[in-house]
Amino acid sequence: MKNFNFLFAAWMVVWAVFFVYEFSIASRLARLQEEIERLKQQLRER
Amino acid sequence: MKRLGITVAAAALIFFAGYAALFIAPDESTMHAIQRVFYVHLPLWMVMYSALTVAFIANIAWLATRQIKWDWLGVSAVEVGVVACTGGLATGVLWGKPAWGIWWTWDARLTTAFLLWLLYIAYLLLRGLLEDPERRATLSAIFGIFAFLDAPLVYASNRLWRTQHPAPVIFGGDNSGLNPTMGKVLVICILAMLPVMILLLVDRYRLERMRHEVEELRLAVEARAADSNPAVTRSTA
Repeated sequence: MKNFNFLFAAWMVVWAVFFVYEFSIASRLARLQEEIERLKQQLRER
Repeated sequence: MKRLGITVAAAALIFFAGYAALFIAPDESTMHAIQRVFYVHLPLWMVMYSALTVAFIANIAWLATRQIKWDWLGVSAVEVGVVACTGGLATGVLWGKPAWGIWWTWDARLTTAFLLWLLYIAYLLLRGLLEDPERRATLSAIFGIFAFLDAPLVYASNRLWRTQHPAPVIFGGDNSGLNPTMGKVLVICILAMLPVMILLLVDRYRLERMRHEVEELRLAVEARAADSNPAVTRSTA
């Protein structure tokens, strides 16, 4: 199949971009969730 | 559980769309295999237009109502739009080289699309420079409305001017149109890409809401600390 490498690269780029973006959102969400728990704990202790 | 169901359904649809684009869609007579990039390239631009339209509406809604949820929606939709635009530009470059013999050219379509990407990158950078939430929301909403003016120009560019980018195959006039099977596969690919955009947008909005919650909790902790130890507060004030 001629130009299959370009076709493969285009599809891979798209899903890589989406995957990296979703991964970055998920890790930021996890960090914020930890921060919320920590701050709530501080409020309970005071 | 509901979210898991939507994610599984979206993944199944994406898998089927990929299969349809690679194996069901007929071969295009001049470009052959590389034309199949079309089934991911065009849906990406549709996702981008949808996300930026949501951002545009959210920007106007913020200026009209001053409800912070519109600012959260605005920045979330812009970020998703920038991701889709990045994918659209990258797939265009990878399609351009085998189809035209060049990676890039500064024709009206490609230039206006690149400008749109730069404008929204500037929108996100601008937000990072502003500390006060209200000022940040207002200035970025005004900038977002200004940036959105380029979106219809991108759409119309290959209708208004002669471009290296092909003439539109959908709503492009008498000489445009798609093979019916190609059209059906394209619709499946668009329907597969839209839930991805919605899931990303929902997650990104949740992130913005949680950031706000963290800020409020920090203020509450500081206020509680000041109440319990006023001497420290006076000495540091």
